[in-house]
Amino acid sequence: MRKKKLSDLKEAGIRAFFFTCGVLAVLVLVGIFLTLVTTSVPAFREIKLSEFLLSEAWDPTSPEKAEYGILSMVMSTLMVTGGALLLAVPIGVAVAAYLSDVAHWRVREILKPIVEILAGIPSVVVGFLGIVLVGPVLAKIFHTGNGLNAVNGSVLLAIMALPTIISISEDSLNAVPKAYNEASLALGASRWQTLLRVKLPAGLSGIIAATMLGLGRAIGETMTVLMATGNARAFPHGFLDSVRTMTSNVAIELGEVPYYTTHYYALFAIGLVLFVITFAVNLVADVVLRRYQEREQ
Amino acid sequence: MKKTIVIMALGLAVLGAFLPAAASRKMIQVKGSDTMVNLAQILAEEYMGKTPGAAIAVLGGGSGTGITGLINQTCDIANSSREWKPKEIDQAWEKGVSPRFFVVAVDGLSVVVNDKNPIEQLTMAQVGALYRGDVKNWKAVGGFDRAVSLYGRQSNSGTYVFMQEFVLGNKNYSAEMKEMNGNAQIIEGILQDEGAVGYVGVGYLHDQNGKIRRGLKVVKISKEPNGEAFLPTDKAAVDSGAYPISRPLYMATNGKPKSDVAQFLAWIVGPEGQAVIEREGFFAVGEGKYKAANDKNFK
Repeated sequence: MRKKKLSDLKEAGIRAFFFTCGVLAVLVLVGIFLTLVTTSVPAFREIKLSEFLLSEAWDPTSPEKAEYGILSMVMSTLMVTGGALLLAVPIGVAVAAYLSDVAHWRVREILKPIVEILAGIPSVVVGFLGIVLVGPVLAKIFHTGNGLNAVNGSVLLAIMALPTIISISEDSLNAVPKAYNEASLALGASRWQTLLRVKLPAGLSGIIAATMLGLGRAIGETMTVLMATGNARAFPHGFLDSVRTMTSNVAIELGEVPYYTTHYYALFAIGLVLFVITFAVNLVADVVLRRYQEREQ
Repeated sequence: MKKTIVIMALGLAVLGAFLPAAASRKMIQVKGSDTMVNLAQILAEEYMGKTPGAAIAVLGGGSGTGITGLINQTCDIANSSREWKPKEIDQAWEKGVSPRFFVVAVDGLSVVVNDKNPIEQLTMAQVGALYRGDVKNWKAVGGFDRAVSLYGRQSNSGTYVFMQEFVLGNKNYSAEMKEMNGNAQIIEGILQDEGAVGYVGVGYLHDQNGKIRRGLKVVKISKEPNGEAFLPTDKAAVDSGAYPISRPLYMATNGKPKSDVAQFLAWIVGPEGQAVIEREGFFAVGEGKYKAANDKNFK
């Protein structure tokens, strides 16, 4: 009898421990969100919300007139991440399809670890490559004089997002039931047709998840874009313009900003905007995934 | 079980109490200006080589970072390539820090272009116009027909502030300016970009052999439109003030420098330290007003 009670107690304890761990993640998230909100709000005592969101000029340390508009930075972030996905998703999915369906097992055994090592390269190193390698090459191709622009950032972020996209897409392709594959082949479809019309659609939810994770990686990445995109404040009119993303701006200015000034609060407001964007991306991804899975069943 | 946890916690607490104390007693923390970080590192190494027991750690991050560091008492010496702003001095006093400033070297801020650019000299007003974005093509200042591509520093840099006040006449930088992470990155950009113009400290112009880096051209600057133009590498012109864009480089301490810090600073402004400074491409403090101010601050 006593023994049973003890084991009950033990189980309750363990249960409580895991519950606390689960709640902790939620608490941290809520805490970060509240900190961001409370530190952002004071910024709007002096800045109009419409100016903050819709003005292109950002120059808080200007000797003429302090400007707090983030539109150029939002645009820059969207361009760099959008460009990165445009490059990384097709290549990533193609590599995943190659690894799961086409490659000889020996090639796969060599390629997979290499792709995973790619994920471990520190972002400063990637940024440095952007300055000394990607930049000059882009300058030659586009005749722009310099390669510190949105394309450079996109290329580098694509490289950084690739390992995530490849390994998750490959997992989802491998998870497609073998029966699908066999049925398709039995019906006389070629391997190419099977891959394109059966396996890829069946693994689509995983590919979307991979894309979203890649997007999350790209949108928050700071050091690489800070080094490779030139950080000009002007509103970008094309992919060959130098851009300044929201993350780089916070990284550049937060280190030296006098505490508890409008500028300080405004930087946290940028953080809040970034948070909202990533939250929206995740939400959309979740909805898309769920809708897709429902259709599957 | 409980016992082990208590012992571990105690151990950690003891470690936590002793480690920072031991480190701060010996290690002099130097932080700030990116223009000065290489110089400060070399000065520290030479000084440590000659003084057994001395330990100095040097960090960059920009003048603003160093100044904030001294105000928050996370460093012993703050390097800055500009004067402290009245607001920063007020902040320091509020936190009980009374900064003292030592001029350790003089820097001729140089304007550099790619060596494919035929331009040889510019006036102060022209440099200002380029960086304000008023001039978009090199033709307008007597160069070739090519768009101007601006390279500058980020707003946490003393050089950024100094240029803005001194050359741009307290006006905004052009929004098209690429804001680079440090002197070395500006040079890297200019070497590849034919339409580029940038500003860096004189200490960054030379390669290991003491020659101007290949692919780089230093522009002569004149104060007035028809005045004589000088190079920032011309020591006599910088000393006499004929080269218009020069500035003192500061090291600041909290109050009168004590023991190790005082010895280190005295060595820097003394003959040995100044010889190192000249070797690294900066200019010595000289015998004028800076020396008088330094002497006063040691007392």
